[in-house]
Amino acid sequence: MSVSLPLVITAAVLVGTGVYLMLERSLTRVLVGLVLLSNGVNVSFLVAAGRPGDPPLYDGSNAETMADPLPQALVLTAIVITLGTTAFLLAMAHRSWQLNGNDDVQDDIEDAAIRRLALADDVSEGYEAEDEDRPADTHDEDRGEDRR
Amino acid sequence: MTDLGFAALVPLPVLLSLLGAGAALMLSGRPSLQRTVSVVVLGSVVVIAAVLLWAVDTRGALVLRLGGWPAELGISLVADRLAALMLLVSAIVTLAVLVYSLGQGITEEDREAPVSIYHPTFLVLVAGVSNAFLSGDLFNLFVSFEMLLFSSYVLLTLGATAARVRAGTIYVVVNLLSSMLFLIAIAVTYSAVGTLGLAEIAVRVDELPDPVALVIQLLLLVTFAIKAAVFPLSLWLPDSYPTAPAPVTAVFAGLLTKVGVYAILRTQTLVFPDSPLTNLLLGAALATMIVGILGAIAQSDIKRMLSFTLVSHIGYMIFGIGLATEAGLSGAIFYVAHHITIQTSLFLVVGLIEARAGSTALLRMGGLARLAPVVGVLFFVPAMNLAGIPPMSGFIGKVGLLEAGLADGSPLALVLVAAGVVTSLLTLYAVAKTWGLAFWRSPEQAHAMAAALPEPEDERVVLPAPGGEAPGGQPTSIVHHRGHVHIGPATFGERDLRTAHELRSADSTDRDLHQLLEAGSLPSRLPALMVAPAAALVGVSLAFTVIGGPMYDLTDRAAADILDRAPYLSAVLSEGFE
Repeated sequence: MSVSLPLVITAAVLVGTGVYLMLERSLTRVLVGLVLLSNGVNVSFLVAAGRPGDPPLYDGSNAETMADPLPQALVLTAIVITLGTTAFLLAMAHRSWQLNGNDDVQDDIEDAAIRRLALADDVSEGYEAEDEDRPADTHDEDRGEDRR
Repeated sequence: MTDLGFAALVPLPVLLSLLGAGAALMLSGRPSLQRTVSVVVLGSVVVIAAVLLWAVDTRGALVLRLGGWPAELGISLVADRLAALMLLVSAIVTLAVLVYSLGQGITEEDREAPVSIYHPTFLVLVAGVSNAFLSGDLFNLFVSFEMLLFSSYVLLTLGATAARVRAGTIYVVVNLLSSMLFLIAIAVTYSAVGTLGLAEIAVRVDELPDPVALVIQLLLLVTFAIKAAVFPLSLWLPDSYPTAPAPVTAVFAGLLTKVGVYAILRTQTLVFPDSPLTNLLLGAALATMIVGILGAIAQSDIKRMLSFTLVSHIGYMIFGIGLATEAGLSGAIFYVAHHITIQTSLFLVVGLIEARAGSTALLRMGGLARLAPVVGVLFFVPAMNLAGIPPMSGFIGKVGLLEAGLADGSPLALVLVAAGVVTSLLTLYAVAKTWGLAFWRSPEQAHAMAAALPEPEDERVVLPAPGGEAPGGQPTSIVHHRGHVHIGPATFGERDLRTAHELRSADSTDRDLHQLLEAGSLPSRLPALMVAPAAALVGVSLAFTVIGGPMYDLTDRAAADILDRAPYLSAVLSEGFE
């Protein structure tokens, strides 16, 4: 099967930038990353569909020259699901902003506790040395305010 | 297609749940009617699942081709012994959880849970889980995952409190990433074999070059391992589950991870029988068991402790799947059924504890055995079952898996057998510690112990034993070490010190059990509708012992089916499969 190189490159770039953005702290950027990533995946479905062809309509199309309709149906389903997810994540980002004044993804409480333990431990002195000046006894040190 | 017979029943669990969800949404203005609809729907799903299991066990796998398309074009729903058994167990569990949430009044507290949302979302979750078990098509499996995930997003963030939004963010993002991975796997599969029906893939995958087949297998495995919380893809679970309302955590813990395990089981046996990846799966199982249970020991909150044991015990199932022998698969299937009921009932009981004692933090509790003896029994029985004390079902499942490991006899399998025994013992330690702190000591002792905890700032100062401060207790020695405080046999983290500090300060609104009892602000009775479903689930898990023989025979037959592949393939590919 011959593969369209522009499609592959487009998918790769979209997935790459999407993953990069998903590694960010801000939920809005994660959201944009998700949208890019899912578009990259959708484009890769077009690659999976094989050769381009006529519109796969029931009437008047020749089965030999028709494009494969199934991946298009799959992509449509995936787009609808991503739409719903995007709306949900937007609502969560908004709620997070209402509650905290920012939309940063916050640390696992236990992760924060383990980091405090590591800070208190002489053996692992070098661990995240730049955080040493943080107050060690506040509940919400990892809420994100000090990261901005 | 002339005579559907029992195959007509196959789509009903999904259809009924979805119709029920729609009806429940329309009836959101009439709560009592809404509840009736949900209970009736889930009750009939239980009956249908039971009939399906009986029919499948006596007459062989049932297939329904949706829309009457031929097998290569359409989507089929398939119920074989494995799928029907999972369906029945999940239906029983969801019904119990629904009744429990009626008792808890989760739908009445507007602030915590909007009234109109809970029932429809719960029913969509059930539809998604049922569809995942029945699906005979990879893309349909993806859609059912999305159904159950979407309702789980909503249930996990009910009320959108700060803690739930924080935990929900991680849960949603991780699951979205796994969904994208699943889509990529589907695209790769489609371009490689040109079909998405599991049975057709199974036939055509043999013609693929080995590396391509391996890529597909690993993509699917990683996707499902995220859902099943197999280490190192399990880190999202213990953080996100504990914040949700008790019934929601219970149904998540019981079912959602098991759907991932089921998907691994199905694809590994049906599509890739020649490449069991034994070493990879056994290694993952080993790490999952050990890391999970060590995490559980370190926790000072019952919900978090149970979330870690959940991760740990997923390792047993992966162990059985990794062995890829009939005994291993049979043990894994039995363990899945056992673990669904046991983990759900434990989380339901934790909900009872929370309602009775006002908290699930071990530091704030004590004396529940006298205060609420029924809750004590309800916690003790499944906790011992989880640890695998004979003659309960946990013991039967573990013995089956360990025997399968010994029969396999490879060095790695023997290591896994040893790890299984150690994990079982450590589970016993974790639940016994919880039992001792929450149920056995008196609330006064607990309060005195919390009050005796030093200020959080006094790190690494060794205090002398306070000596007989606790009324009726022995003198307790307090040792500070590396940010943890060791008090007698118990250990607390820094967070607990802060909790204790809050308990001491008079103006704090936080109260522990002793203070709450003194103030008389705890309910003296738990609603029967909460206790009864929890007790019923504990009873079901005990019944697994009574019907252990026939049940193990059934899982043996299910394992033989999926290992043989022929029953599934010949049922789906009606024309000319040998």
